[in-house]
Formats: sequence, structure tokens, C-alpha cells
Amino acid sequence: MLHNFSLGIVLFATWLLLSGHFEPLLIGLGIVSVALVVYISHRMDVIDREGHPIHLGPRAFTYFPWLIWEIIKANIDVARIILKRDMPISPTLFFVKGGQETELGQVVYGNSITLTPGTITVDIIDGQFEIHALTSEAADELERGEMDMRVTRMEGLKEQSE
Amino acid sequence: MIADIFSWIFILGGCVFLVIGGVGVLRMPDLFTRMHAASITDTLGAGLLILGMMIQGGFTLVTVKLFLIMLFAFFAGPTATHALAQAALSMGIKPLLSQDRRPDAVQSDDKGDGL
Repeated sequence: MLHNFSLGIVLFATWLLLSGHFEPLLIGLGIVSVALVVYISHRMDVIDREGHPIHLGPRAFTYFPWLIWEIIKANIDVARIILKRDMPISPTLFFVKGGQETELGQVVYGNSITLTPGTITVDIIDGQFEIHALTSEAADELERGEMDMRVTRMEGLKEQSE
Repeated sequence: MIADIFSWIFILGGCVFLVIGGVGVLRMPDLFTRMHAASITDTLGAGLLILGMMIQGGFTLVTVKLFLIMLFAFFAGPTATHALAQAALSMGIKPLLSQDRRPDAVQSDDKGDGL
């Protein structure tokens, strides 16, 4: 029920912000469409913790600034490699273990790895992430596991069980 | 005026990273390393451009729409990159590697029989 409600709020906010019209007719049409979409999604049973992860809420807001900072640093590293005359790359394929327990957590970790220039998630096999890295330093950095730890912390299951 | 200066810094910075990404795509030796160069244009290139445009937009709905564009790009980008990399590897395109730290069983697995 909470998920239905918050999905409705998010959809309606999107409607208002994208249309920019605040006449009664258009707001009324918005409410009708949002109600219809929430009803259909509810019947399809796709509103769950995975499809609409509001439980990540506050923890996500501490994770994303850190991720953006990592992305900026990695961008500068890769840009410097490209601009160097001899282009010192050492492509590496390797596996790294992810500590996430849900598929949502694995998706967040995998996408964070891919979003950071210099590393691409190629596959996930039983919680092992197969990764292509542009340099062996980028591979070492990922194997240190700080990003893994932060994603697992954001997933939040560990804290609940303790 | 100050906002203009900052927005120009961001937009020009975004342009620089777009060009670097383009140069990288041309210089890199194979598909996988080229994807790393392309991800510069996806993240910092597009991100800085949109940030600069958001400063030009000020507190308006245009800024909200630009923010949504950035958000969607940040979710769709890695998904597409991952799909491309996995398709390439499973169809037997061999990456140029200086190190392969995977166990032997997996290495012999992607010899190119594909899907």
C-alpha cells in the first residue's frame, strides 16, 4: 500500500513538472492517468521492493555523491591515459566478489562499475562479477572492494539482521 | 554574470571531455577498450554539458527536465554498455588482454561458440 501511494506521488510529480500547466482540467487528467497507471501496475503485481525501491531512500543519498566523485576521478584517469603519447593501457579481465544479497543490490553494483570509466561489468555469475578493466591499476582498485562495501551498506540488509 | 561564467566553464569542460572521448575511441586498439573511452562521453561529457545548461536555465521547469534527462542517461548508459560487452564476449570477440586473472575453466568457455 505504501508503495502504491509513493508510486502515485512520484508519477504525479513527474506529470506536473513535465507539463508545467496548472489548470484544473490538466491536473484532473493527470490524477486520472496516475490512478489508472497505479491500478494497472498493482494488478500486474510489479510494484515491489525491486521495481520501486523506496526503502533505499536515505542511504542512496549518501551513496550517490560518493559514486559521482568516483566517476569524476575515473574520468580524469582515463582521459589522461588517452592523451598520453604511448597510451599506457593494460586491459584486464577478472572476477570480483560482490557482497550483495538481493538482485537489486547486484544491479546497483554492476551498473556502478560500468558507469565508472575504465571498468565494465561483462557478466554476473552467482554473485561473482566478471569485469573488463582498461588498466590493471583500475582492476586493483576495484579488487580493494570499497565500492562493493558501500553498495552492500546501501542495500541495508546487514544492519537489519544485526 | 557569475552564473554565466560558471555555466560556460561547465559547458566548455563538457566539450573538452567529449572531444577526449572521441579521440580515445579512435586511438584505442579494440572494441572493449574503445567502450571505456566512449564511457567518458556518457558520464562526464554529457554530465558537465547538462550541468552548464541547468545553470543557464535557473530555477525553471527547463532545469527539471534537463535533470531528468541526465538521470535517464545515467541509468540507461551502463545498461547498454553492459549489453554490448556481454554480447561481444559471448559471440566470441576476443578482447586484447595484457592480463587475464580469471580461472582457466572460464577462459576456455568463451572460445566463440556463442549463443
